[in-house]
Amino acid sequence: MLKIVKKTEATIKQKIAINIVGIFAALTAAALFLALSGFNPLQVYISMVEGALGSSYRISQTVIQAVPLIILSLGIAIAFRMKFWNIGAEGQILMGGFLGSYFAYNFSQLPKPALLLLMLAAGAVGGAVWALIPAWLKVKFHANESITTLMLNYVALKWIEYLSAGPWKDPAAFGYPRMPRFTENAILPNVFGVHIGWIIALVLVVVVYLFLNNTKKGFEIAILGESENTARYAGISIGKTVLLAVCLSGALCGLTGIIQASAVNNEMSSALANGIGYTAIITTWLSGLSAPVIVLVCGLFAILTQGASYIQTAFGIPSAAASVLQALILFFVLGSDFFTKYKFVWQKSEHQTKEGK
Amino acid sequence: MKKGLKKTSLAVLATFTLGLLLAGCGGADNAEQGAADGEQTNDKVKAGFIYIGSAKDGGYSQVHDDGRLEMIANIGEDKVETLVREDVPENQTVENVMNEMIDQGANIIFANSYGFQDYVKKVAEAHPDVKFMHFSGSILGDNYGNYFGRMYQPRYLSGIAAGMTTENDKIGFVAAMPTPEVIRGINAFTLGVRSVNPEATVQVVWTNTWYDPAVEKQAAESLLDAGVDTVAQHQNTTAAVQAASERGAYSVGYNLDMREANPEGFIVSPVWHLGAIYTEQVQSVLDGTWEATSYWGGIAEGAVDISEFGDCVSEETKAAVTEAREKIVSGEFDVFAGEIKDQNGNVMVAEGETLSDEELLQMTWFVEGVVGDTTMTQQ
Repeated sequence: MLKIVKKTEATIKQKIAINIVGIFAALTAAALFLALSGFNPLQVYISMVEGALGSSYRISQTVIQAVPLIILSLGIAIAFRMKFWNIGAEGQILMGGFLGSYFAYNFSQLPKPALLLLMLAAGAVGGAVWALIPAWLKVKFHANESITTLMLNYVALKWIEYLSAGPWKDPAAFGYPRMPRFTENAILPNVFGVHIGWIIALVLVVVVYLFLNNTKKGFEIAILGESENTARYAGISIGKTVLLAVCLSGALCGLTGIIQASAVNNEMSSALANGIGYTAIITTWLSGLSAPVIVLVCGLFAILTQGASYIQTAFGIPSAAASVLQALILFFVLGSDFFTKYKFVWQKSEHQTKEGK
Repeated sequence: MKKGLKKTSLAVLATFTLGLLLAGCGGADNAEQGAADGEQTNDKVKAGFIYIGSAKDGGYSQVHDDGRLEMIANIGEDKVETLVREDVPENQTVENVMNEMIDQGANIIFANSYGFQDYVKKVAEAHPDVKFMHFSGSILGDNYGNYFGRMYQPRYLSGIAAGMTTENDKIGFVAAMPTPEVIRGINAFTLGVRSVNPEATVQVVWTNTWYDPAVEKQAAESLLDAGVDTVAQHQNTTAAVQAASERGAYSVGYNLDMREANPEGFIVSPVWHLGAIYTEQVQSVLDGTWEATSYWGGIAEGAVDISEFGDCVSEETKAAVTEAREKIVSGEFDVFAGEIKDQNGNVMVAEGETLSDEELLQMTWFVEGVVGDTTMTQQ
């Protein structure tokens, strides 16, 4: 009989080996799917890489895809270390975008550096406040945070939709429900052809890494994630630590929101997050909550996204098929993660015969 | 072990930083890329098509894809190659898609949704060597123009058919967003209805989306709950038609013949014919004669028309619609000729006057007979 058994934590080598097998299984399954749809899988794969990295323009596009994923994953990782399941990045992006845009729309007469700093700070505050609601509910009432953070995503989305159809509607857009574009001094500058968000992302990788591994607070967060009782015996203030960590988590998600709104979209809109808050949960999980690995995973994920986008135009692959391709790859890679913690074993089925089966 | 991991992680980080830096350095000069070729004839054209929905959505985007295929058949596969992207949302994504197409060598790009407009203008201004045509908007520059059709003409005709078919004189209209295009269409439809059935009303429900089959269907159901027996629509899919079919109500479609979604109650669809305009555009790029234009063709130019009638339409109705169609084609009749009153009974177009194209493109008021509000996007 086939049984699933929890095994001792895999070593790094084993983990890497398992993930590589997962990626190969993914590519094989996707190849089968592509072949059945009448495309040459090898050609498609080669163009996916070309499409993501084949020219300086394409690389810069891939980097633009990776930046928000990296910052979001860092934020989510802080909460996940504590086993606080923050599924609310999507809403925190929107609320960060909202508060940051408030300054973009109303204080556009400020000098550019001041306005941008104000917007970024407001974005972080917006995301932090939005994340604090479920954190407070958790501390005060033990409310399940995966539910509350998820539900607040929809509240945030409806709030932004209301703004774009009502009070913040662009009067120049006739009846079309959209918000005005940012003025030039509310748009983050480019550094080497890619918006400055990439520098912010890399700085944050270092900061979050140091915070989680080399500070007392970071250590307390990790202990709290291991066991609430241990944390209590160690004299850690549980409530304060939860609020602080989730606040930071939300702040990073909110910061992503205003960076995307300013640098990429040049406007606030209800499509600002567009699912990336959920994608970042996957990349966070795949990276094992480690800040440097996040850069690697998000980089690979951006290549996958950009490559999938490229093959749609290059091969005329329908968008639905491209989504299937991405989903297949994710399914296998995430699935392989399972084998780092569990294994299948064949057991001589003594019980079965005894139980008279 | 732990230390080893730290080192590898740092190495990974360093590599990526380097990669990002390199990418950044390279990215700076890509604006100048390819500004070399000017106005000349092309042996082969690469044309990009950007759709808001699926090319098989049974409606709006399919109409564009049909036009693309017709264009390829007209021009020949040896002369034109097309790049297609479906399901592109009306946000910054479309900018990436256009840049991707340019990166792959597109000479001309057609973008099919209103919300793409600002992005088209932005990308067009950064790429003066590539040509852009935006559907349903109003932008016009050296290398970008817009194309659309006088859809209000077939909408008026479909209104006549609906006005003569409705049994309780209550017609519903599922509409996307209160833009001038949609308001103009609802007005033309209502004028058509009331030209044959002065008692009838047209009740409007806004969905706030061009493309969301579930929401489109819900909106149609809310109208049917309110007692309408005919549902017309300005949406991208057949969802509203299906909703009417399930309740045994009549449907006026949009974009293409939608009888399959409501076999018994289908009246007629105002439809697009985009093969001609796509052919003309791509041919002019081949010939090197392309110029940015605002194309607004009507029934006479073959850009728009009505589909075949459904089985429930009487001979008398068909005759009335056909007669009106002939008058529109000949120019004898204009849909927006006075006298036209707004919802409050104010005369907006006096007897003997006709709205200009400019006024039509900025229409923000409903004609008498419409039940609804142009300023609110209520569900």
